[in-house]
Amino acid sequence: MALSTLQIVLLFLVAGIAGMGSVLDEFQMHRPLIACTLTGLVLGDLTTGIIIGGTLEMIALGWMNIGAAQAPDAALASIISTIFVIAGNQDIGAGIALAIPLAAAGQVLTIVARTVTVFFQHGADKAAEEGNFRMIDILHISALFVQALRVAVPALIVALTVGTDAVQNFLGAIPEVIIGGLNVAGGMIVVVGYAMVINMMRTRSLMPFLFLGFTMAAFGDYNLVGMGIIGLVLALLYVQLSPQFNQPAAARTAADPEGSKDSLDDDLDDELD
Amino acid sequence: MATEKKDERLFGRKEINNAFWRSNFWQASWNFERMHALGFLFVMVPFLKKLYPENNEDRRQAMKRHLEFFNTQPFMGSPILGVTAAMEEQRRKGAPIDDGAINGLKVGMMGPLAGVGDPIWWGTARPIIAALGAGLALNGSILGPILFFVLFNVLRVGFRYWSLDYGYRTGTNLIKDMSGGLLQKLTVGSSVLGLFIMGALVNEWTTINVPLVVSRAENPETGEEVVTTVQGILDQLIPGLLPLLLTFLVMWLLRRKVSPLTIILGIFVVGIVGYWLGWLA
Repeated sequence: MALSTLQIVLLFLVAGIAGMGSVLDEFQMHRPLIACTLTGLVLGDLTTGIIIGGTLEMIALGWMNIGAAQAPDAALASIISTIFVIAGNQDIGAGIALAIPLAAAGQVLTIVARTVTVFFQHGADKAAEEGNFRMIDILHISALFVQALRVAVPALIVALTVGTDAVQNFLGAIPEVIIGGLNVAGGMIVVVGYAMVINMMRTRSLMPFLFLGFTMAAFGDYNLVGMGIIGLVLALLYVQLSPQFNQPAAARTAADPEGSKDSLDDDLDDELD
Repeated sequence: MATEKKDERLFGRKEINNAFWRSNFWQASWNFERMHALGFLFVMVPFLKKLYPENNEDRRQAMKRHLEFFNTQPFMGSPILGVTAAMEEQRRKGAPIDDGAINGLKVGMMGPLAGVGDPIWWGTARPIIAALGAGLALNGSILGPILFFVLFNVLRVGFRYWSLDYGYRTGTNLIKDMSGGLLQKLTVGSSVLGLFIMGALVNEWTTINVPLVVSRAENPETGEEVVTTVQGILDQLIPGLLPLLLTFLVMWLLRRKVSPLTIILGIFVVGIVGYWLGWLA
């Protein structure tokens, strides 16, 4: 499917917004759920965009930037794999498979972009010497456009070439066993995201909750909202009852025998009354 | 008189709202040298503008002060911003607060708050809301992306606004609040919720199917062929056992510093080979 000029311009914009979202991590425009949906909308197949978004989102669940460590790039992966699926007539499994190397490439590009922005930081030092607030604003926001281009330019290149025979022939030449195998792998790679999240919160004493969630899902019939409510109740109860948070109260009573004796007396009085 | 003047607040709705608006673009200039440094000055601009309307040496010193290295979980920057604004205000009024005190406070808060913010926002809130949205999106429902976008951003914007305001009003007292155990309770509570939901997701949304046939037997009474597959046996034991084991394997590999992308590529290879051999479907 060849893309119209309007579609290409809109893709450039959507990719730019996703690129900005990726560094900001505020509005979440770079997450597959949003980026794939918007790409699908531009390409005229919203439903497919949403489905790819949901599938990729499950895979990318644990992709997060912590400290200086950069996660695989969800923005580039989402936009380009959606273009391949919708405009390149690939099935979703193949699109997901393509998303992974794209996420790796995006990770490299994001490291480059975050190195380039060191220049903006140095520009800010100069602006501070001059007491120039306006310049601080300009530098800070300009750096955002570096991040926009980081995704928008690769997306533009793909959008311009996806309709060509060379790319179509290449995509068409992928053997069936690879596509089938990638679909099988797609069902499994979601655990990488889960493992990342679990590792982050992993405390030996809290691991029973993981097994409880697993077992309730295996044998129960709750949907995710139901599981969320049960999880919230468990969390509240755990925090209320855990000795970890009740020690101060116990320590107070121990340190103040007078006080505890009083309350004991009161209790006895009440009972006698 | 002097004490009265100290209690008077210099920043009103206008400055708070402006700083809040800017805080939505906190990480725009993230860089490997000083990370959020330029970002922090960017969000401080409305406050510093009010304190130093004239372009003098004091203003320039204040600007330089906030270009030092800074990094935390981005949303947790908001309470720190509030406290910093309160300190800058006191300093302007003549309180004996030097550059070291302000930066010491920022650096002192950014670590502990990131330690709480990362598991709460990236470990619990986003994965759970995203999983909820993705579940709907897999069926092609537009509600999935909308739910994710609205729910997450309502939480985020609400927290950013409230905590900035709260940080400014409580000032350095916030540190006392922090050590009061509330943050720790939040971290533990969100870990309980997060782990519980992850357990459920491992079970429900991972598909590993091993159609490998273990035995074929003919039912002597009906003459039908009974096929027993590896998957059938596993499902009778605990449905989802293989995904759980795979999750533990991946967790172990990640702790051994194997890159997530390497693991994903490894799973691709296993998938293709397994499919080719007919062991996986």
